[in-house]
Amino acid sequence: MNPVVRWFHQLGSPPTFDRFAARWTPWCHGVALVLLGLGMWQALFVVPADYQQGDSFRILYIHVPAAWMSLLVFGLMAFYAAIALVWRIKLCEILAMACAPIGAAFTLITLATGSIWGKPMWGTWWDWDPRLTTELVLLFLYLGVMGLYGAIDDRRAAARAAGLLAIVGVALLPVIRYSVVWWNSLHQGQTIRMFGESSMDASMMLPLWLMVVATKFWFAGSLLARARADNLRRESGRDWVLRQAGAAP
Amino acid sequence: MNAPTLASSARALLVRDLRLLWRRRGDAFQPALFALLVVVLFALSLGGEAESLSRVAAAVLWLSVLLAGLLSLDTLFRGDADDGSLEQWILAPVPLAWLVAVRVFSHWLATALPLIIATPLLGELLYLPSGQLPVLMASLLLGTPLLSLLGAVVAALTVGMRRSGILVALLALPLYVPVLVFGAGSVAASAQGLDAVGALLLLGAGLVVALVLAPLTAAAAIRIALS
Repeated sequence: MNPVVRWFHQLGSPPTFDRFAARWTPWCHGVALVLLGLGMWQALFVVPADYQQGDSFRILYIHVPAAWMSLLVFGLMAFYAAIALVWRIKLCEILAMACAPIGAAFTLITLATGSIWGKPMWGTWWDWDPRLTTELVLLFLYLGVMGLYGAIDDRRAAARAAGLLAIVGVALLPVIRYSVVWWNSLHQGQTIRMFGESSMDASMMLPLWLMVVATKFWFAGSLLARARADNLRRESGRDWVLRQAGAAP
Repeated sequence: MNAPTLASSARALLVRDLRLLWRRRGDAFQPALFALLVVVLFALSLGGEAESLSRVAAAVLWLSVLLAGLLSLDTLFRGDADDGSLEQWILAPVPLAWLVAVRVFSHWLATALPLIIATPLLGELLYLPSGQLPVLMASLLLGTPLLSLLGAVVAALTVGMRRSGILVALLALPLYVPVLVFGAGSVAASAQGLDAVGALLLLGAGLVVALVLAPLTAAAAIRIALS
């Protein structure tokens, strides 16, 4: 068998995943912390102030990466859930459910930083504008997935039911993404482009990319840590868990 | 014995549901009664003045219909899950999604249709401007089946639980948001003299998509809940 495919199959077994997660969680968090520190230092002290917004625009270096992550994590959660539903891979159920609290946290950060920025710029903490409303609905969907997962006793059935809800919720993602295009919105339109010319000045871009990469690593670390905890909880009582805990039978 | 066809199974399920409804016809008024109470509470809390009420009338009516539907969601599959009929649905030779779709239709007939019939009456209580009534009725006719279909997915997800309670609301209301936005939005647009057709067309498009996808999703959820 192809070694990559074999490694992938082995990773699906709970003990192997536990070792993998235990090894890589600190690395992911470490890289994320270094990049976060670097990005924040750049964003707060190096980048020049905006010619219209002054210093208050700097909150975007948290707001934008968190907002991107809130969408990405939901998509990833639905992806894992789809794999779990089709191939019944237990690890994917665990990973999908581990995504939900992290994504909810990113969504909350997005809404909070957006509000804090909105007060001086728009003169209001909140506006019932499509982008804000859909992001709020996304938060409720995350909470619904977490609530459903917590409410059903059988862990595997709970993960599959909550995963199905996550797949249904994917319909919301394009609406959030294009809400500033489809409707007149108080929220500004797209200014940052992966391909082609961004309407943001190049001198302001570097810390943004640092923060974007940092949030990815932070998410990966949190995902591994949460999935490892859930994995151990489900496997509790098995020999390999007892041996690892030093309580060999 | 002949194998049941799609039509014969649908007829059997529909006749059974409607007969049950007729035997307990007092229950059929409960959603309408609930909507009436919500309307009364809104009218009293807003002070009962005609101008302030007629401005929010359409939104309040939409909201009361939505909440009444939310309360009746739990009865969608609960009885069949408790007495084991739902397992027989899974074993039946007709697709589970088809039976789910028929059940959603009979549930819509039992809970949403009385509300829509009562809407002109409730509208009078709130001084709904008469020009808005046709748009409101059209948006409710398109929107309530959509609410029932989305609600069926949520009801199927929670059918395995003994008490679903507030969780049904937490799961269903985010999914209801777009329906409410376009449903109440169509009436608001016509109140401002704008064209309401755009929002109604979007509701219709959503209904078509949900008609296909929601029964399939609810069937998958039922299989998960009863596996």
